[in-house]
Amino acid sequence: MTTPDLATRPPRTEPAPSARGPQRRRPQDRHRANHPARFLLPAFAVLAVFFFLPTLFNFVYALTDWSSFKAEIGFVGLQNFRDLITSGTLLASLRITLVYAVLVAIFQNLFGLLLALLLERDTRVNRFARVMFFVPVVMSALAVGYVFQALLKPDGAVNQVLSAVLGQQIQIPWLGSTTWTLVVVALVHAWKWMGLSMLIYLAGLKTISEDVLEAARLDGASAWTTFREIRFPLLAPAVTFNVATALLGSMNGFDIVQATTGGGPARTTEVLNIFIFRTFGQGLFAQATTMSLVLFVVVVALAFPVIRTLRKREEVL
Amino acid sequence: MSTTAVTPTPARTRRRSVADRHGVWRRLQPVVAVAAVVVLVAAPLWVVLVTAGKTQAEALNPNLALPTTWHYLENFTEVWQQGRVPAALGGSLLVMVPAVLGVLALGSLASWILARRSTRPFAVLYALAISGIVLPPAVVTIVLVLRQLGLAGTAVGMIGVYMGMYMSTVIFFVTGFVRTIPHELEEAARVDGAGPLRVFRTIILPLLVPVLSTATILICLYVWNDVFYAFFVVGGRLDTLPLNLFQVASAGLYLDNWHLIFAYVVLMSLPLLVVFIVAQRRIISGITSGAVK
Repeated sequence: MTTPDLATRPPRTEPAPSARGPQRRRPQDRHRANHPARFLLPAFAVLAVFFFLPTLFNFVYALTDWSSFKAEIGFVGLQNFRDLITSGTLLASLRITLVYAVLVAIFQNLFGLLLALLLERDTRVNRFARVMFFVPVVMSALAVGYVFQALLKPDGAVNQVLSAVLGQQIQIPWLGSTTWTLVVVALVHAWKWMGLSMLIYLAGLKTISEDVLEAARLDGASAWTTFREIRFPLLAPAVTFNVATALLGSMNGFDIVQATTGGGPARTTEVLNIFIFRTFGQGLFAQATTMSLVLFVVVVALAFPVIRTLRKREEVL
Repeated sequence: MSTTAVTPTPARTRRRSVADRHGVWRRLQPVVAVAAVVVLVAAPLWVVLVTAGKTQAEALNPNLALPTTWHYLENFTEVWQQGRVPAALGGSLLVMVPAVLGVLALGSLASWILARRSTRPFAVLYALAISGIVLPPAVVTIVLVLRQLGLAGTAVGMIGVYMGMYMSTVIFFVTGFVRTIPHELEEAARVDGAGPLRVFRTIILPLLVPVLSTATILICLYVWNDVFYAFFVVGGRLDTLPLNLFQVASAGLYLDNWHLIFAYVVLMSLPLLVVFIVAQRRIISGITSGAVK
């Protein structure tokens, strides 16, 4: 089992030309004719116009005063960065985004792994349960956010159930705490995506050879030892995939935060994309661009070390 | 733990006890699994279903209770008009279908070349092509580019943005898959005088069906449910299901229209849920084999 590495993968080398039969004198030319580079043009044209060009513009327009209030766009240097740093917004949003992403990665993988271990055997009940846990993955994240906004209200369903179970009136404002709401929203995000992590872990568990587990059993290893020493290390590729996608996916998160808290209370859950959305709506395009550039740089700075570290762990095994 | 064995060796006792615990867990596991489904997934979804059938007053605090009288018809009719569901459904399809078909066609054509040519420049192009898996799209300046192209607020612009965003995903999955297809299959067609486009269409494309169906599912899921990029590109100009859900939810000043919001959530989730339930076995195996190859 190999997980798709998100970093560059060196392409497989072609067999040496001599191995391709003597009748072909110029295999390189034939190769070119058989797989023409012009077939790359449509895909790269789309990428260039709709992906790379906007990314390049990010670096340019973050240095301007582009807004809806002025007709012309002027160069202002690093003024936007200075403004965002002195107002404290940049560091606050960045910190919130990183904490959110790490929390989501932890919760989503923990839940996904627990579900995979719980539903590992191929029974009718388990197959049904897997389908049910995949339903939130299929639902819109915005819809999921609204559902949990309703459930987590002070007099919402969660508190009603807790009150009934504990036998006393519970009115926790789950989405009203300046400290804990970020954790609650990260839990909602993890709830929506845990079904996908579960599937990846289930696929990973299936690739572990039955012989290895049988050998461990004969040696008298307990279920916990078997898991810690054999199964979890062998799940490394699935962990790489799940942690990387959860981390990077939630860095770029918007819908669930917008639908549950909208960035509140007191902007303590305002992740970068919420800030970008809000300032764009106010017509402060340059500020939104600056934050978008910050997000880009942070993801680049994080993605490659994270993926490299996780893959190194795989190689050790 | 069993104590019936006469002077058992330590190893045997231990193994027996593990087996016993295993037996208990075997019987307990289905109960735990069903309980987990009920508490974690079924209960929240039940709240959505019953609240969508309540009156506004009854839906003020959504809970597990059944509505005293069912108001599905009224709520769905109201939300159908207020949320402009037919227009939103049309808009969502108008954007999703061309975007997904386009990105699959262009992406797999490029993947074939990237998988087969292996010189240094092609390795660089491949790295560039898949960089979008990790990099977040520059959502603000996309609007600027679209304005300069005259595509701001149009379905064509939105289609282009989605194609640009998911091209990397398609190229990444398909290139890996093409590398497992033997060269000899292409050679046979070439001997018969087929040109490159024909080789791609008749030999390669049919073999890509499994990986393309996985990519289709994932990209449909993302595009159908996307609201963030839609806000920037077509917000206020084109109706899509998530954009209109946002409108319906923002319409009530204090967000107390839960009956309407949840009715809209039900309507909006139904198409994908039906597709998912009909094809769940293929979808689940497709996603797992695609991600953990």
